[in-house]
Amino acid sequence: MRVSNVLKLVLVAASFVAAAATAQSQTVRVGVVLPYSGVGAEFAQQVDRGMQVFMKLNPNAFGPYKVELVKRDSKNPSGAEAKTAVQELIAQEKVDILTGFIYSPDAIASASLFTEGKKPAVIMNAGTAWITNLSPMISRVSFSMWHAGHAMGEAAVKNLKAKTAVVGYTDFPPGKDSLDAFKRAFEVNGGKVIDAIPMGGAGQVPDFTPFFQRAKDRKPDVFFVFVPSGDHAVAVMKTYNALGMRQAGIKLVGPGDLTPDYKLQGMGDDAVGLITAHHYNADLDNPHNRRFVETWKKDYGANATPDFMAVQGYDGMAAIAHAVVAMKGRMDPEGTMNALRGWKFDSPRGPIQIDPATRDIIMNEYLSEVVKQGGRLVQRNLGVITAVKDMCKELKEGKCK
Amino acid sequence: MDPASILLGGFASGMVLFIVSVGLSVTMGLMGFVNLAHGGFAMLGGYLIVLAMKHWGLSFVAALALAFCAIAAFSVVLERLLYSRLYRAQELDQVLFTIGLVFIMTAAVTLGVGPETQVIRLPDWLRGQTNLGFMTYRTYSLALIVVGTLIMLGLWLGFERTRYGARIRAAVDNRRMAQSMGVDVGRLFTVAFALGSGLAALGGGLGAEILGLDPNYPLRYLVYFLIVVAVGGLGKVSGVFFAALLIGVLDFVLKIYFPKGGTIFIYALTLILLLARPQGLFGKKGA
Repeated sequence: MRVSNVLKLVLVAASFVAAAATAQSQTVRVGVVLPYSGVGAEFAQQVDRGMQVFMKLNPNAFGPYKVELVKRDSKNPSGAEAKTAVQELIAQEKVDILTGFIYSPDAIASASLFTEGKKPAVIMNAGTAWITNLSPMISRVSFSMWHAGHAMGEAAVKNLKAKTAVVGYTDFPPGKDSLDAFKRAFEVNGGKVIDAIPMGGAGQVPDFTPFFQRAKDRKPDVFFVFVPSGDHAVAVMKTYNALGMRQAGIKLVGPGDLTPDYKLQGMGDDAVGLITAHHYNADLDNPHNRRFVETWKKDYGANATPDFMAVQGYDGMAAIAHAVVAMKGRMDPEGTMNALRGWKFDSPRGPIQIDPATRDIIMNEYLSEVVKQGGRLVQRNLGVITAVKDMCKELKEGKCK
Repeated sequence: MDPASILLGGFASGMVLFIVSVGLSVTMGLMGFVNLAHGGFAMLGGYLIVLAMKHWGLSFVAALALAFCAIAAFSVVLERLLYSRLYRAQELDQVLFTIGLVFIMTAAVTLGVGPETQVIRLPDWLRGQTNLGFMTYRTYSLALIVVGTLIMLGLWLGFERTRYGARIRAAVDNRRMAQSMGVDVGRLFTVAFALGSGLAALGGGLGAEILGLDPNYPLRYLVYFLIVVAVGGLGKVSGVFFAALLIGVLDFVLKIYFPKGGTIFIYALTLILLLARPQGLFGKKGA
């Protein structure tokens, strides 16, 4: 008697739980992991605003389904805080999909949790090439270091006629990746990398003087620098000019991390002549980008400018919206990953697609130069390479095998 | 590699270390007080300078003067209210107290200003390159070397040629004897403490271009400040000066030739040096 009563109660309770679960699945919970405080706080702001702008400009993108963002602070670039946040988002917050991830170590540390917890993750920045190989649950809407690094290595020889190069990089995974990418393309095309200098960590902006001094003394044609954007980039421009490397005839080149659009005007004439390869800058001329930048300036002030991370936040939200609608609000992990494979979108950076084979992004790379126009610094387009895949996985280099 | 530019680059970062650390050396020598919060005053000074330039439109030089006075005054308040209660306490208590103070400063700055790195916008005459005749070099590094040397000379004259300096030297050498000769060591300490903190504030602002400036500044550079003081010898202005230059140049050279973790050699050298000469390179035996 008593046992069957208990059993009944349990069954009733279980059916309630099941009913609640189905009701809940109409609201998709998205875990957002970004460094809202610490050295990357400005990056988090760019990505977060990019997500907001997408939702504002595309209120119907999610169809009849509700999306709830659960935000967590990943603080410093070590990856440890991000992993804790992901654990909590999966176990306690029961999110359906994860996104964000500025720093590569954040994505690398969390990758096993995506696999074990069977939660799809849409990477919005972290650019170390082999991150997508770490889990079948990862897809990336940002870039791989090889996109810009490889393109720049080729352009340095073909467009800038450089024969020798020194590479300076921040000593963490994407830095080494950037070095490998540039070196491979530069040397295949006939150039020679004569020195590679690790320049401190990502967690703080170092004094670049001794590293740049060493690069200057090698007298290369180009100095390829990778730093994690933001304040690092400002310090790079300062040191490059303070040491008179421009006058010494050494061209500064790099991925677009060197020219964060929202800091460009503050860099002043120091930045003129800087040449970058990247997948976005705020001066790109297409209708999607014009609308994006216009909305941004209206919402966040005339002096605010979106940069590549903002667009990645925008595109990441677009990818999630696509998956939510395709899955009719029930985010079954395998189904979600299949929905993301091959997804195409007209982004402010031009047409993009998720490579069905690698789950990494295919997009345009723009070669641009910083010039002064009407008292403002703008990025002048020197050339486009269309539909670029992650060359690390294309060439099966190192850890990308 | 060009030895002149290596020397100049190393001297410039050494000068920053000197300006920040010299106060620590004097106060530790004078009262034997282990003030690990010293770098905190440097950080507060740096922030004051950045904020004064950004929000009140002060010039760089005016902001430096303001930070020197404000942080010196602030340190006297802390000294009277808090530090003075721990003069007779054990070293461990002093360490715990001052480390706690660092945490409070770090948290206060994070809360009030934000966690990001602060950038000082130098005036145009300090930017770019200067032609020295035999070579051109970064103007700001040259300016740092000049300012650091001037401060060193000023302090040296103050210590060696004034009555106040004589009292401080006497108190560092033998505090009880100085006291029994009628020197008010407590008062002396307050003045030295204020001067040291003010100088730290200057160093925080002047060095921001080289050492950076963010809420973790006091802890990140604490080891460097302590190494400079330990190598230079307690209470020795000239000792701290040469030790700072030595460490500045060594650090610079090692970063050029062993960019991956070159700083470990600094720690190793310090260890060996202190094993051989526990009183520091320039300290007196038995001090």
